[in-house]
Amino acid sequence: MVRVQDLTKRFGKVTAVDHLTFDVEAGESVALWGENGAGKTTALRCLLGVIPFEGTVELGGYSSTNEGKAARHLMGFVPQEISFHDDMTVRETLIFYARLRKTTTETEHSAGLLQRLGLASYIDKEVRDLSGGMKQRLALMIALLSDPPLLILDEPTANLDVRAREGFLSLLNELKELGKTLIFSSHRLEEVAALAERVLVMEAGKLVSQCTPLELGNYLGNQTMLKLYLAGDEWIAPAVKALTGHGYLAEQNGTGIWVQVVPLEKAKPISLLTEAGIPVADFQLESS
Amino acid sequence: MDLENILTLTQKELRDARRNRWFILYTVAFAGLALALAWLALSGVGTYGLAGFGRTGASLINLVLLIVPLMGLTLGAMSLAGERERGTLLYLFTQPIAQIELLLGKFIGLALAMLLALLLGFGLSGLLIAWQGGATQAEDFLLMMLLAFILALVSLSLGFLISAAVGKSATAVGLALFLWLLLVFFGDLGLMGTAIVLKLDIDQLFTLALLNPLQLFKMAAILAIRSNLEVLGPAGTYAVRTYGSQLMVFLIAVLAVWALLPLAITHYLLGRRGVL
Repeated sequence: MVRVQDLTKRFGKVTAVDHLTFDVEAGESVALWGENGAGKTTALRCLLGVIPFEGTVELGGYSSTNEGKAARHLMGFVPQEISFHDDMTVRETLIFYARLRKTTTETEHSAGLLQRLGLASYIDKEVRDLSGGMKQRLALMIALLSDPPLLILDEPTANLDVRAREGFLSLLNELKELGKTLIFSSHRLEEVAALAERVLVMEAGKLVSQCTPLELGNYLGNQTMLKLYLAGDEWIAPAVKALTGHGYLAEQNGTGIWVQVVPLEKAKPISLLTEAGIPVADFQLESS
Repeated sequence: MDLENILTLTQKELRDARRNRWFILYTVAFAGLALALAWLALSGVGTYGLAGFGRTGASLINLVLLIVPLMGLTLGAMSLAGERERGTLLYLFTQPIAQIELLLGKFIGLALAMLLALLLGFGLSGLLIAWQGGATQAEDFLLMMLLAFILALVSLSLGFLISAAVGKSATAVGLALFLWLLLVFFGDLGLMGTAIVLKLDIDQLFTLALLNPLQLFKMAAILAIRSNLEVLGPAGTYAVRTYGSQLMVFLIAVLAVWALLPLAITHYLLGRRGVL
């Protein structure tokens, strides 16, 4: 779905993105992870073809530079800083962008999105009157109007409060389940853990590592330890085996098991063990 | 090129112009002053005879020379730079549209808005003259309106170029005002001064005048009303003698180049630097 080769972007003497190369398969969810200034947003802007760069970027086989329009037909974009024309209503905004995306707002798909995203009651409000969370939802709705297979999101929950963030992540997870390809930038481990299957770790514009969200937690030394107490000692060995088989760092500790977990997935080992028929009697969490 | 995208963006720009306080102010000022000039021209009927559209047209030349470039330059300058500053330009460019479609959509939208402003100003004064029975030289009056529209396109195009070249809208508007001052107030003085200091020949002076689109408009507008350029002195006489009946076509062609060239450079600049 996405092929990036030797992507380099320089602003004067500063190299914001340095020979970035990666592929994303259809249906995959990939996070560009890095601290502020790591080059994530610039890399996404290059993917979108809105700034000139060196190297090649292909979206669905279309070059984002030479065939930018065709490439952008395949994707929807949700920016970090949502900038709409404030004096337009939500309805006018949707109609305007729907026309540019060669679709209409008079479809069942569109009506469903409006309901699902909770925008129906805001339809005649001016965009300036929407909260940050609602603007984020409006941007997601515009991105999804033409039902593109690829979504590109720049720090999708950076401007949201905790409650809005959870709701938005749940929406994105639904889209992932529906088979959309997601590429998003983030510097939040929780967000990455909730959404990504693969993480591209960027530092100073360079891709320094590719890993799973779990491995990212280890890489960062962000260790949350889950201690599990099983229904009997005989379950300890099969439980350790089951967890390590799923990529967890797990080991026996006295009468229980220590498992290293990542944010937003702290309960996953319990689910895994339950599914494997291993009864979990109790648990406790410890962060370091 | 997708005409539907251009139309969508044109409509959006027209809608924005209706809500733009600067645009409304310029339009009202132009219409009010045009009407006042027409009334003044008509008030001289008793003394000088009924001159109809011709005398009003002559008065309107100076009004057009002042207001139309100011309007085009500032609206053009605010256009791309303002959207860039607000972040809406970046978001627009992430939609499946080509850069040229965005540029043309915005340009045509603002051009149509300016055409409406001109139609209002010229239309009101034209109606007043016709109502008072002075409907002579109506074709010349219409030709002058067309020339004013071409001047609007030129100034808008220059405004777009400024807008694409600088990052902030305040800088863009500042530059646009500076260029307006340069073209309006230092155009004649600059030409005269340069001709004296460099001892320019008459053909060189005429060539130099072509570098200022406002001078081009002035020549074409006077030619439309008086059929000669004697009022402009030796350079005007030289132009009429050299180009004869083709002078109007020549002047409009050079104005068209002035309208298209900055827009083409704007397109190149946007492609080169992106939307940031």
